[in-house]
Amino acid sequence: MGSEKSVAERLWAIAIWVLVVFFVLNFMAMAATVVINSFGTRWFNAWLPAAFTTRWYQSAWDEFQLHDVLIVTFEVVGAVVLFSGLLGVPAAYALARRNFPGKQIIILLFLLPMLIPPITFGIPLATVLYQARLGGNMSGVILANLVPTVPFVVLVMIPFIEQIDPRVEAAARVFGAGTWRLFVHILVPLLTPGILAALLLVLVRTIAMFELTFFTAGPGSQTLVVALYYAVYAAGVRAGQSIDAMAVVYMLTTLIWLLIALRFVDPTHIVTRAKREAAA
Amino acid sequence: MTDRAAEGSRESLPLRVRLALYDLDGVTLLVVPAVLFVIALFIYPFAYGFVLSFEPKKGAWLANYAKFFSDPFLYDTIGATFRLAIPATLINVLLSIPVALRVRRMRYRRVLTTILVIPITLGTVLIAEGLLIYLGPQGWFNRALVLLGIGQVRLVHNYTGVMLSLILSGFPFTFLLTLSYLTGIDPSLEQAAATLGAKARARFVHILMPLLAQGLAINLCLSFVQTFSVFPSAVLLGAPAGDTRVISIAAYQAAYEQYDSSMASAIAMIMGFCQLIVVVLILSGRSFVYRGAAGGGKG
Amino acid sequence: MAIAARDFRELRLDGMSRNFGAVNALKGVTLNVKRGEFIALLGPSGCGKSTALNCLAGLLTLSGGSIWLDKTRIDRLAPEDRGFGMVFQNYALFPHMSVRRNIGFGLGMQGIAKEAIKRKVDEALAIVRLGDQGEKLPGQLSGGQQQRVAIARAIVIEPPLVLMDEPLSNLDAKLRLEMRAEIRRIHELIGSATIYVTHDQEEALSLADRIVVMRAGEVRQVGTPEDLYARPAHPDVAEFMGYRNQIRTRAIRSGNLLNVSVGGVSLQGTAVDSITDGEVVATIRPDDLKVADAGPISVAVESAQYHGRDFYCFGRAADGTELYFLSERKVRKGDNVRLGADASRVLVYSRAGS
Repeated sequence: MGSEKSVAERLWAIAIWVLVVFFVLNFMAMAATVVINSFGTRWFNAWLPAAFTTRWYQSAWDEFQLHDVLIVTFEVVGAVVLFSGLLGVPAAYALARRNFPGKQIIILLFLLPMLIPPITFGIPLATVLYQARLGGNMSGVILANLVPTVPFVVLVMIPFIEQIDPRVEAAARVFGAGTWRLFVHILVPLLTPGILAALLLVLVRTIAMFELTFFTAGPGSQTLVVALYYAVYAAGVRAGQSIDAMAVVYMLTTLIWLLIALRFVDPTHIVTRAKREAAA
Repeated sequence: MTDRAAEGSRESLPLRVRLALYDLDGVTLLVVPAVLFVIALFIYPFAYGFVLSFEPKKGAWLANYAKFFSDPFLYDTIGATFRLAIPATLINVLLSIPVALRVRRMRYRRVLTTILVIPITLGTVLIAEGLLIYLGPQGWFNRALVLLGIGQVRLVHNYTGVMLSLILSGFPFTFLLTLSYLTGIDPSLEQAAATLGAKARARFVHILMPLLAQGLAINLCLSFVQTFSVFPSAVLLGAPAGDTRVISIAAYQAAYEQYDSSMASAIAMIMGFCQLIVVVLILSGRSFVYRGAAGGGKG
Repeated sequence: MAIAARDFRELRLDGMSRNFGAVNALKGVTLNVKRGEFIALLGPSGCGKSTALNCLAGLLTLSGGSIWLDKTRIDRLAPEDRGFGMVFQNYALFPHMSVRRNIGFGLGMQGIAKEAIKRKVDEALAIVRLGDQGEKLPGQLSGGQQQRVAIARAIVIEPPLVLMDEPLSNLDAKLRLEMRAEIRRIHELIGSATIYVTHDQEEALSLADRIVVMRAGEVRQVGTPEDLYARPAHPDVAEFMGYRNQIRTRAIRSGNLLNVSVGGVSLQGTAVDSITDGEVVATIRPDDLKVADAGPISVAVESAQYHGRDFYCFGRAADGTELYFLSERKVRKGDNVRLGADASRVLVYSRAGS
């Protein structure tokens, strides 16, 4: 509003900004520490390491079998993205366009895996998967990760689809388009930005998804984040630098996809879109 | 048309058309695969776990729960988790309000929100790993403290470390959520209040807070549920055998160290139940606040 | 009457300016408003009328100029310190408060005792004729009722000045006419000066004591409704006031008369600004361009819309000039009619002024 600020208001504003800057600074410093340490020869008793090297990356690559881990990660993430799209988008379309009895219950059904944290349902889920002989390998990991992502895609896509005027589809039909043509020429082009956004968000979330993979993975099916956890957990004897090297690899992987996702989506959607549906 | 003729024509409507009156047709079937998936991999395991918790390895059907509540090593985890989750949630949500209030009129808002998305994306494991070094005795933070004359503070492998990591990974989330609720309030409402003589503080108390209340309740619920299920940071950055032995650790140990999936399920159920109680408490407070749209009432 | 406007003699806008980056939304608006006057700010979208209102309210700061209430300079004050009442275009009713609490909000901010607030709110509700709606929430009211609550909320604080930002634009046509009468009635009852922003010239003509016509951030003309209707000062003001025929042509003075060429024929007109000879714009209201058998201009009718009492017609003269006119007699497309206009109703402006 147009007016001069009082002294008290100015101080308050400064205090808030100090808080925000402090937060961001500490976070960036923390990330910087990880990066610097991964390049340092020896870091003890000083603000910076004694010298810099890249050998820890080589060592991490070998020690943690990063090559295999990265392949597993991308296979898992790829499969999760694919299947959550295949299952989620049609479901979202049905929910956006049809108002059938039981619709509210189904929406609640999709909300639950998003609201209940992975640990709470992860352990029973892992138990069931192990019983079905799916635990401890890739299929189990993929299935477990799909549980929160399918509803996520559904809930994120519903508003996108609702935004498309159903009269556009009706017009297409009036002009002679059958269902297949309607799909290919009208729906897919209009929905592509939304689908892309949703799937990129799924990708980023799955790379960082720890608990579900942790509970269902076996030695050959660990994703990068789980491997990182084990490395830190067993850190006692190992050199911290190679763990940090792995952490840097993880950071790069997540951040690259985050940057790509951000070209299509507003940052707030990563958290708020689906949660807003919960609020509605 | 006589009544009998009308009845006859209604009966002769094909099934497909009658179903379509309820919006049930081929398109509706598209929802079925996803629904089946969620039932099979979420509802069923949950129900299975629930039943399994009443089939302990040895003892009567309540043996798991009895064991949990009679062994301090186990039931103390509830207290430890609450001691972490409640302050973390309160700090994260309450701090988000003044910050969101400041930031919402900022020109470079998007830069800040993008930066704050990064901690959420990186996840709790990486943050725990990073904080181990950064907050460690040799890390920059303690060095800065020494430089400022405060001296070293023990920030890792204890309660403080976990709390800090909960704030680092939780605050961006609560902030973004509060910001989106705040920007959803019609700005002309504050303008109207100002023209009626309300200064900034009065506008906050009488206009913004009541309209934010329902969003804040949801924010509290989501944030609490997340912090209550803290796991990797409690292990890596905390004292998993002591101060920060949280309930998820107990569940994990039951499942993967003692291979007692029944007990593990029981602990998971207890965990879910605690979260449910708090959520219900928060949401029942909602009925005392305004829950409608935050617009200005256009005709 | 318990609710009555606070006293002041004059509100002075002195060269009010406001920029948004490179855009000059307001360019030096100067105006004097007396106590109890109803002023309409009239103009097309983007002319700066809402910007001017927001500056008056204090919701926008001035980039230049000043605002004075009698001897006090008020443009540096926050909106909460100015004490003006404001009715917003979307009403801006607090959705979580009942009608009574909405109306009483401003009184609460002034620290008035609860008893007194109740009395004044009751009175305000009676004035806007919403006596039994006090406990409802805004979401439960119709558009017209929400309007009235917004007005009640603004007047109950007894402000010296009430600002209204296109308050009727969200209502349907019938309701708009009803509310127009209500607004004028309430204004006369309370006696506050009112500044009313609108793009509807009919509204301005029927409500205002004086109209300020604005365009592109500037004041084009200030005058009573009669002045603006009969003697608009510029062709763009004339167009806005309904002088739909704007003919670019040449004028020739002969003695006391001014002749302009319209439709290939010479018509007598009245000069509004100083014209000797040369390029001009001749403006004529469609209702002043009459169909007459002896009329000088011959026009071929291209369309005629039946409007009950008359026909709104559009035709073309022999030289291609397009003319809008009214006909009491029935005409059809393809007919040829003859038109004439009184010299006092053909307003001629020099081209440089448009």
